[in-house]
Amino acid sequence: MLDFSAEEIGAIQLSLWVASIGTAASLPFGLFAAYALARWRFPGKLLLDGFVHLPLVLPPVVTGYLLLILMGRRGPIGSFLDQYFGIVFSFRWTGAALACAVMGFPLMVRAIRLSFEAMDRRLEDAARTLGANGAITFATVTLPLALPGILAGMVLSFAKALGEFGATITFVSNIPGETRTLPVAIYTFTQVPGGDEGAMRLVLVAICLSMLALVVSELLARRVALRIGGTA
Amino acid sequence: MIEVRVRKKLGDFQLDAAFKSDANVTAISGPSGSGKSTLLGAIAGLLRPDEGFIAFDGRTLFDSARRISVPAHRRGIRVVFQDSRLFPHLTVRQNLLYGYWLAGRRSHRTLDEIVALLGIGHLLKRRPRTLSGGERQRVALGRALLANPTVLLLDEPLASLDQERKDDVLPYLRQLVSASHIPILYVSHQRDEIEALAQRVIRLEGGRVVNGG
Repeated sequence: MLDFSAEEIGAIQLSLWVASIGTAASLPFGLFAAYALARWRFPGKLLLDGFVHLPLVLPPVVTGYLLLILMGRRGPIGSFLDQYFGIVFSFRWTGAALACAVMGFPLMVRAIRLSFEAMDRRLEDAARTLGANGAITFATVTLPLALPGILAGMVLSFAKALGEFGATITFVSNIPGETRTLPVAIYTFTQVPGGDEGAMRLVLVAICLSMLALVVSELLARRVALRIGGTA
Repeated sequence: MIEVRVRKKLGDFQLDAAFKSDANVTAISGPSGSGKSTLLGAIAGLLRPDEGFIAFDGRTLFDSARRISVPAHRRGIRVVFQDSRLFPHLTVRQNLLYGYWLAGRRSHRTLDEIVALLGIGHLLKRRPRTLSGGERQRVALGRALLANPTVLLLDEPLASLDQERKDDVLPYLRQLVSASHIPILYVSHQRDEIEALAQRVIRLEGGRVVNGG
């Protein structure tokens, strides 16, 4: 039963890789968006809020299609990135990572934003009176105190990425070894005769990975909460 | 010499206070809601006055007429808050050294001196949440002192403590005042504290200086 083929292992590795890169790459943007939404007042804030949440409410196929139009080789952003930076998304694993990042983005931003909002801002004032400028205050006080929320956001985004299917298959299709992530591989197995066993193996892996992500996030959150002492 | 003239409207409340002082310890007293905290925030640079002028020893920190407003982190004014505001994710030692490192380790005092002065040597490895109220305030005081202050603002540093804890901190404050030449603005409405420490008293009521300005 647990006799994985090379292709199955490839799909698992690809999924982990794509989810990790997607989460890591979206973290700076997620921090920025969360901070802007939590702390700044600016025109169009409601619009940004809505835009960030779009992938959460749109059908994933729509998100995938929009990515295809915008980020594809001939898309306005995709062609620009290709020409000037040599970054290609369409039908590459990078595209799968982008789809994961986009789909996980609202979850990440929500978690981080909450911790920025819940934080005791008087501690930031204290840092400033001790000589810390804005950047140092952010790095030494704001960021460490928001750490539980940031970790939670990353785990949520990662878990979402592991399960991402609709946007991925729409945007970058189903190419073995390149864009065939775990869910896409399971779907593929269900489409061929005799694929049940392979699908079942991958389903078990998916369950284990998801559980593991949850447990790790819980342990991390507990350690951080213990360290900070329930103030954040 | 500290010179303050501040006007700030906050909702229905209007702060309109001015005073000059060259005392070593200047107390700012007044009932709650009299504008003490607002005045303090303005001096520390955490709150921008609508209008006014703040200078210390000839260095202008704020001047609305000349559009000068030195940001809080460059004023050299260290604040000890009523609620201590120690950083919960740092140890006592890291808290004490926070401003010291930011000041480029140029403080006139060393960690050892401050630790001895405040009697907090046994707390260095602990986290703020495990400290008593009095211990917290002593650490907060040490943190401010190590950050190379040009002025110390003490915002009701003993208000959150019961009498026993007060007696725990007050001697250290008195010793600090007599040992250092850092000008201190001491906000309090406790007569005994003020009498024990200050040479000059500014009294605020309803956002205005009614005595001592």
